[in-house]
Amino acid sequence: MTMKGYKDLPEGGVITEKGNSVLYKTGEWRSMRPNYYPEGCVHCLMCWVFCPDSAIKVENGKMLGIDYDHCKGCGICARECPRKEKALQMVKE
Amino acid sequence: MSNLVEIRWHARGGQGAKTASTLLAEAALSAGKYVQGFPEYGPERMGAPILAFNRIGDEPITIHSNVDNPDVVMVLDPSLIGPVNVAEGLKDGGVIIVNTDLDPVTVKQKLGVPGNFTVATVDASGIAVATIGRDIPNTPMIGALLKLREFLPFESFMERMRHDLERKFQGRQAIIEGNLSAMRRAYQEVKQA
Amino acid sequence: MALETKQVAMTGNEAVANAIKQINPDVIAAYPITPQTDIVQFYSTFVANGLVDTQMVTVESEHSAMSATIGASAAGARAMTATSSQGLALMHELLHIASGFRLPIAMPVVNRAVSAPINIHCDHSDTMAALTTGWIQIYGENAQEAYDNMIQAVKIAEDPRVKLPVMVCYDGFITSHAVENLVLVPDEKVKEFVGEYKPQHRLFDFDNPITFGPLVLPDYFSEIKAQEAEGMLAAREVILEVAKEYEKISGRKYGWFEGYKLDDAERVIVVLSSAAGTAKVVVDELRAQGEKVGLLKPRVLRPFPAEELVKALSGAKVVAVMDRAETFSTQGGQIFTELRAAFYEAPKKPLMRNYIFGLGGRDTTTAHIRTVFEQLKQDQERGSVDRKVTHLDVRV
Repeated sequence: MTMKGYKDLPEGGVITEKGNSVLYKTGEWRSMRPNYYPEGCVHCLMCWVFCPDSAIKVENGKMLGIDYDHCKGCGICARECPRKEKALQMVKE
Repeated sequence: MSNLVEIRWHARGGQGAKTASTLLAEAALSAGKYVQGFPEYGPERMGAPILAFNRIGDEPITIHSNVDNPDVVMVLDPSLIGPVNVAEGLKDGGVIIVNTDLDPVTVKQKLGVPGNFTVATVDASGIAVATIGRDIPNTPMIGALLKLREFLPFESFMERMRHDLERKFQGRQAIIEGNLSAMRRAYQEVKQA
Repeated sequence: MALETKQVAMTGNEAVANAIKQINPDVIAAYPITPQTDIVQFYSTFVANGLVDTQMVTVESEHSAMSATIGASAAGARAMTATSSQGLALMHELLHIASGFRLPIAMPVVNRAVSAPINIHCDHSDTMAALTTGWIQIYGENAQEAYDNMIQAVKIAEDPRVKLPVMVCYDGFITSHAVENLVLVPDEKVKEFVGEYKPQHRLFDFDNPITFGPLVLPDYFSEIKAQEAEGMLAAREVILEVAKEYEKISGRKYGWFEGYKLDDAERVIVVLSSAAGTAKVVVDELRAQGEKVGLLKPRVLRPFPAEELVKALSGAKVVAVMDRAETFSTQGGQIFTELRAAFYEAPKKPLMRNYIFGLGGRDTTTAHIRTVFEQLKQDQERGSVDRKVTHLDVRV
């Protein structure tokens, strides 16, 4: 990403684009990643409920996987997965 | 600066010296003068000796210090003579106007300071009690001042004063008339030596 | 259209309250402190009598007053507050936020000594301590100038090139509480002059949501501060433009400073605010005796008009800068050191000396000013100053 110079930035440190936090790829912070194993998933969406970064991709009530651009690898999803054979498992990056 | 009159008021907190200096400034301004009116703020309490000042002239006034060399000293409370040197810095040929029922010769003796100045006395408190109903000697003292220093024609000044008092005491006719007749009486009754 | 000439009698605070009434801001946050209190007190009667549309918010401290003003201004309102002394000190951290957010807040600051010892009277220690907060600072000598500066401040602050807050400074009690002559600009002319506030960004624009006050880390912080410095640089043009425009509705001229009998002056006093008026009387006296003396009264300290001051003083032989606040640098007052720095590249430099004067409301009389001019004359004859920094009228 090229960084804007002072003449092009909004003044006063104001952020003028709404919802621009998606541009910030916090996925780069990750040292552990959750791997998704759809065969063991019952789509209870507890991972989606607990994910602090809205990084669980869901469509029509179905878990689709992880948004790795924004997942910081905190591991909450894997911990909260209620299956004995976890559908989300943390592995080293 | 030509025709600049500098006035220092001596009073006790609560006697209306600040109001008097403001009223005088406003009325003189309405009559086309350049004016200043300001008190010296200290640890002011009811009864504590206080100072207020006026400058009135025909040209814009830029000096912003206290009046140390007055042309006129106004003493609202005669008990200040002694504890306070009211004559301090008085200009040659100046005048001290004192609110008292004593005659000016006696007051001049009480002052006990040499110098070429006039002492004038007027029973402003007595006049105020008779006309306004309370011992508020500030407006009658303005009346006495106009007798001794005719920097403004008395009758037109009274017109301005009526206007300013009407604004200040909206509808309270007794107070307005009381103050105006107090000024008129003091103007007539002030004595000098 | 003829200019208004009718003289009115008002105290400095009353005049400034009337200027704010004519500006009719959306929000005022009020917290009392001597000698500023009058302003918001007068204003509260305007609000109670329905003369203005302002939402008046009473708060529990100056810290809250500035916080509320910043919040209202960020929301998109024309917002103001007023203060003095400890009040300005208490809002200090918010001063940086107002300027850092680029919020055009115009604020009267009635100069008063900062404690301790506790004192309610005039000196400039409050606003001198705020020179590095990103606020424009304008000083006035009397009620008229305080009134005129207040109206101009709004237009300077809100100019899109500037977008910086402005302090309108004048002397506590000496100016704030003295009744003097002044001429007001008619209401409708002030209204037209200041116009409607059109903020570029505002929190209450719900169709275009924005964020004020995000964390800005080292990768962008310098850029934000460089923008702020650009705003201050732009103020150098805007202050003069606004003054020109104001002259059209008032007939009164303003600029970086007022020079009084300065053109051929060899010995010059540089002093802010009310003491400059007293100095004019002495300049007149000494001029009548054939003495080549003059006065320079700075009006704007931020931005600092270095080039203009150097040019104006280039003909002087000896200059006394009178500062109404200590810096404790041991090198003199704020204006003295900045003015000396401004002369660093100048081919011709006058001798310069500094007086710290009038602290805590010590009355500055014509006698004091005369003493300063006498010392300047001795310096000129000697070809050097005998003392760089002097505390004027201090008992030993």
